[in-house]
Amino acid sequence: MTVSSPSVAMTTSGGSGADIAVRDLTKTYKGNVQALRGVSFDVAPGTVFGLLGPNGAGKSTTVKILTTLSRADSGDATVGGIDVNAHPDRVRRIIGCVAQQSACDLEATGFENLALQGQLYGMHGAALRSRAAELLAQFGLTDAAKRITKTYSGGMQRKLDVAMGLMHRPQVLFLDEPTTGLDPQARAEMWTEISRLSRDEGLTVLLTTHYLEEADKLADDLAIVDKGVVVARGAPEVLKSELRGDAVVIEFRSDPDAAALRECVASQELREVTVDGRSMRGRADNGAAALPGVLVAFESAGFAVASATVARPSLDDVYLRHTGHAYEAAGSQDSESAKENAR
Amino acid sequence: MSTLTLTMRQTGGIGVRHVRALLRQPAFVMITLVQPVIWLLLFGQLFKSVAKLPGFTTTSYIEFLTPGIVVMNAMFSNGWSGMSVINDLDRGVMNRFLVSPVSRGAITAGHLANSLVTTLVQSLIIIGLGLLAGARFHGGFGAVLLLIVAALLLGAAFATFSDALGLLMRKEESMIAAVTFLVLPMSFLSTLLMPSTEVTPWIRDVAAYNPVNWAVEVGRQSLNAHPDWGFAFSRLGFLVLLCLACLAMAIRAFRSYQKSV
Repeated sequence: MTVSSPSVAMTTSGGSGADIAVRDLTKTYKGNVQALRGVSFDVAPGTVFGLLGPNGAGKSTTVKILTTLSRADSGDATVGGIDVNAHPDRVRRIIGCVAQQSACDLEATGFENLALQGQLYGMHGAALRSRAAELLAQFGLTDAAKRITKTYSGGMQRKLDVAMGLMHRPQVLFLDEPTTGLDPQARAEMWTEISRLSRDEGLTVLLTTHYLEEADKLADDLAIVDKGVVVARGAPEVLKSELRGDAVVIEFRSDPDAAALRECVASQELREVTVDGRSMRGRADNGAAALPGVLVAFESAGFAVASATVARPSLDDVYLRHTGHAYEAAGSQDSESAKENAR
Repeated sequence: MSTLTLTMRQTGGIGVRHVRALLRQPAFVMITLVQPVIWLLLFGQLFKSVAKLPGFTTTSYIEFLTPGIVVMNAMFSNGWSGMSVINDLDRGVMNRFLVSPVSRGAITAGHLANSLVTTLVQSLIIIGLGLLAGARFHGGFGAVLLLIVAALLLGAAFATFSDALGLLMRKEESMIAAVTFLVLPMSFLSTLLMPSTEVTPWIRDVAAYNPVNWAVEVGRQSLNAHPDWGFAFSRLGFLVLLCLACLAMAIRAFRSYQKSV
């Protein structure tokens, strides 16, 4: 495992106060698919922690191990201070889980789904009914409570999934890609609800996502996972500020000669220059001030510039910096999706 | 709250879930109720003249057949139990259960409770219909009760075995092949349709070890004016052991499934 970011020292300072503490988890699936190759992180109580990475990075596998569905080959993990391997039954009582795939019982109504979920945790009678009614109201499902969930929209089913995860008032909530496949409005509503849960109810939330924007917006702290290892950890703001400066992206009219291009900008205020096809990415302390000089240099060297962009650092840049490849290109064919396909 | 209360509550919740889902499909309920009727009447007509063979103790084939159809129905309807397990696996419902504190035993038992209620209703229909068609249970009420218990035990064994298969195979096609492969030979390697005096000797020998045959022979005691209670209870004992073995297998199958997740 290679972790180079300075924020690591901050977040690995012991798991005693953490609601989730993960150390060196490894997991290899049948067919020698290495899903996890040593994942470690801590989640402070009452915070939203984002596990960010492309499909197949190992996010779902990590969640399955932490929620006691699956077991790691090696490494340690505690949730609420309880070892997931030694006392899975005790862990199960304090966690709520919302899996990547909706898990509504489609033949049952919204209320019946919540009621059974409560019964599995030993709830009954008036307490069960009032908690179910409260959650239905909270997620705007009261009118649909008596309808079979087969008739629900994807967004409604997702809300019911989260409501089921909250039914027994868990201490730690796991949300595995909670907004994948939702339309923009349903996604915005889900984001509002997730923020509210940690802010108002003090819930510890572990959220996995492959949306950079989602991690940026919701996570107090995050770990970027790539190919089964954590490549960066820290608060989104910290990770972005570590990049020291703005991203400068220049598109050319034709494929430039990379070596010549690098030589051309060597004297400019540009660092970490990467060339990929017709586009060049670099970094500058003050992008807007550096840009004119860079453009003049290109013009005099005969590179035809099509467009130039200066942007404040984004998680996209953080991802590129730590993995060496751009986010969109990553993880199209990977261990987890290959495994899903094999089913 | 005691562990037992909790387990009962979980089992009840899961049982109600399955019964409710069944009742919400009127067509399925209809087929479930009509199917055993068709078997009894169809087989009764098909093999009518068999009762004229010298080995027969009854003159009415329907009478001879009724306990066999009760048992056959218990086997056929519960053999498919695992299909709903596969459905729950596909829809993520099973994973949701497995990360909750519900015991694996309660998941299986809740599902089984639904299967047994269905089997009980079907058995009563077949017995009632048999009576209407002229069958007489000379063994009395107690012996008929044993017939029902035998059918429920065999049904429970098949249901839990099928649930285990569902967890292990996780594919509907494999499941259909496996159940079909199992159920037909097990019916015919028994005295379900023919008395033991009339079947080929090697089949009679194999049948002695066939759980379906145990249930059929227990059930058929209900036709005798003097049932062999000792024989009946010994075979019921075998069926109880079989049920426990299948339950253990189902619970182990959960572990195997979780290893693959």
